[in-house]
Amino acid sequence: MSEAAAAKGPAKVRINRPEPVLKVSDLKTYLYTRWGVTKAVDGVSFEVCPGETLGIVGESGSGKSMLALSLVRLTPEPASRIESGQVILNGRDLLALSDKKMREVRGTEISMILQDPQQSLNPVFRIGNQLAEAIRVHDTDATRAEVYGRSISALESVHVPAPERRLRNYPHEISGGMKQRVVGAMALAFQPQVLIADEPTTALDVTIQAQYLRLLEELQERTGVSIVLITHDFGVVAEACDRVAVMYAGRIVEQGPVEEIFDNPRHPYTKALLDSRPRVDVVPERLPSIEGQPPALNDLPAGCRFEPRCRYAEDRCRAAYPDVVGFYDNHLAACWKAGEDLWPAR
Amino acid sequence: MTTREIRTGAGKPEAGLATSAALPRQPADAQQVRGWRRLKRLERMPWISISIIVFVLLLPAIFADLITTHDPLRGTLADRLTPPAWIEGGTWSYPLGTDKQGRDMLTRLIYGARISLAVSTITIFIGLVIGSILGLLAGYFGGWTDRVVSWLIDTFFSLPGVLLALVIVAAIGPSFVTIVVILSVTIWAPFARQVRGETLSVREAEFVARAQVAGAGPGRILAKHVLPNVANTLIVMATLQVGVVIINESSLSFIGAGIPRPNPSWGVMVADGRDQILIAWWISFFPGLAILLVVLAFNLTGDWLRDFLDPKLRQRQ
Repeated sequence: MSEAAAAKGPAKVRINRPEPVLKVSDLKTYLYTRWGVTKAVDGVSFEVCPGETLGIVGESGSGKSMLALSLVRLTPEPASRIESGQVILNGRDLLALSDKKMREVRGTEISMILQDPQQSLNPVFRIGNQLAEAIRVHDTDATRAEVYGRSISALESVHVPAPERRLRNYPHEISGGMKQRVVGAMALAFQPQVLIADEPTTALDVTIQAQYLRLLEELQERTGVSIVLITHDFGVVAEACDRVAVMYAGRIVEQGPVEEIFDNPRHPYTKALLDSRPRVDVVPERLPSIEGQPPALNDLPAGCRFEPRCRYAEDRCRAAYPDVVGFYDNHLAACWKAGEDLWPAR
Repeated sequence: MTTREIRTGAGKPEAGLATSAALPRQPADAQQVRGWRRLKRLERMPWISISIIVFVLLLPAIFADLITTHDPLRGTLADRLTPPAWIEGGTWSYPLGTDKQGRDMLTRLIYGARISLAVSTITIFIGLVIGSILGLLAGYFGGWTDRVVSWLIDTFFSLPGVLLALVIVAAIGPSFVTIVVILSVTIWAPFARQVRGETLSVREAEFVARAQVAGAGPGRILAKHVLPNVANTLIVMATLQVGVVIINESSLSFIGAGIPRPNPSWGVMVADGRDQILIAWWISFFPGLAILLVVLAFNLTGDWLRDFLDPKLRQRQ
């Protein structure tokens, strides 16, 4: 982290941050396939403070979903394995817990919302049944009335209208946005400290997407839950996140406060990503894109992984993976030239 | 065909009016439409097959001693080889005639239904339970569990059931328990294979992942999420397998490796009539007919159930 900081680049202050609720350090998750070892998550470190939303952006195959699954230890078995690292939640390392203990932690301390709300509910049971199920997993001796009352209030908390009626509906009888709300209610039923949302709005249309993000924000204000929001959409990041981490080829190449990253990106990949967003004020002939392909995760270059596509690449980029450089407010970038002004600041 | 067309033709404009004109009445209308659809589905139930199952198998099996007063095991030798009542020489005290020991055919058929029903339900139940459990475990856990179970399934698929039965019966003698055990051993494999396959796909569903994220363990996930989603298939398979079990039981009984004489299994009865087939055809004919009707009825009902329980096919109906 800050060990390499301050050495290069403009000297910046590290703002005091509260004790993080989730602290991930040097997490590595590899997939063992017929074609070799795929390093889906390869040394990822970040922190999330209470009540904070961290966005994790990256293109398809950058390892962000594997990262999310690694945090709750649900990576596909037996193909993948969490090789090393620490996931410290409330002061204990989740990776060191027994399977049984881990099951107790899931849903109570750390929860997750998955991509497709259409698929997240079991088609053969009513909503009420499934909510009750989510409650009974951790609260085995709750009475019927208790479970019912908690189901109703869980639905109310995510603004599902007429909750008594919704409890009797089957998943196919309600809309996608509503389903995602129900899934959110299930995930937050035990008020976990950390909520991982893996592209929760990808399957929703833009209006519902905005509503859902606002709902998450509201829930966060009320319960103080920290959110790790996985997305490929910088728009979602700008709207919903406090901090953002940019993932490329299994590693976080840059992370920092959202405004810092948007206004002052230090990594050429982040810069290129930001430049290839569509804009309302300028209509270019063609949307700028990043030339080339990300490297295959089972055959990674020795140096910087973005080097083959980087227009600022030099010899040292090919030779070794760059150290992490720190900037203002815990803004970190893994680039040899992060301290240089390669492009005009915005 | 024509009635269906008229109905849908008349139904459409009505539904359109209801949604556009009277919004407050919508729930009532929706309920009516739903009830109507349910009725239409009932119309398509295979009533004939279901009646055969009820009247040829279920009712006789349950109320055997109320329906008939004859003894299924002891006959009146004087009345032997009496033809069915409607043929010359027949009498209404033996509606379907008697066999060579003077036992009433109808009575034996009725008690035979009891045996068929008992054998098939117990066998299917055992096969279903063993097959589902092994299939669920293999499909969900994969790895070596899957390898062992799949190997077992393949092994049992390649076992020649009749030969196996002959060997076992030769060794320990025929009995009700023996036949149920033998049939169960041959019937669980198809269930296991089917459940394993479907578990493989349900396991990947996002609601399973959601349950895992919520902290549910494998037992809970299998019972609450996977099993209910494969239940449809299990119901259909169980229905279709009843026919197979009845045929197998009859075949084994026919060759003497099944229900021991003098118990009136349909297979035994067909075998008993073999020698007299030219002079007393009814001894083999009626049990054969009973087997045919019941197995056919189960197969047709199973086919209908499969379509009925599949929402995609149901819409097309």
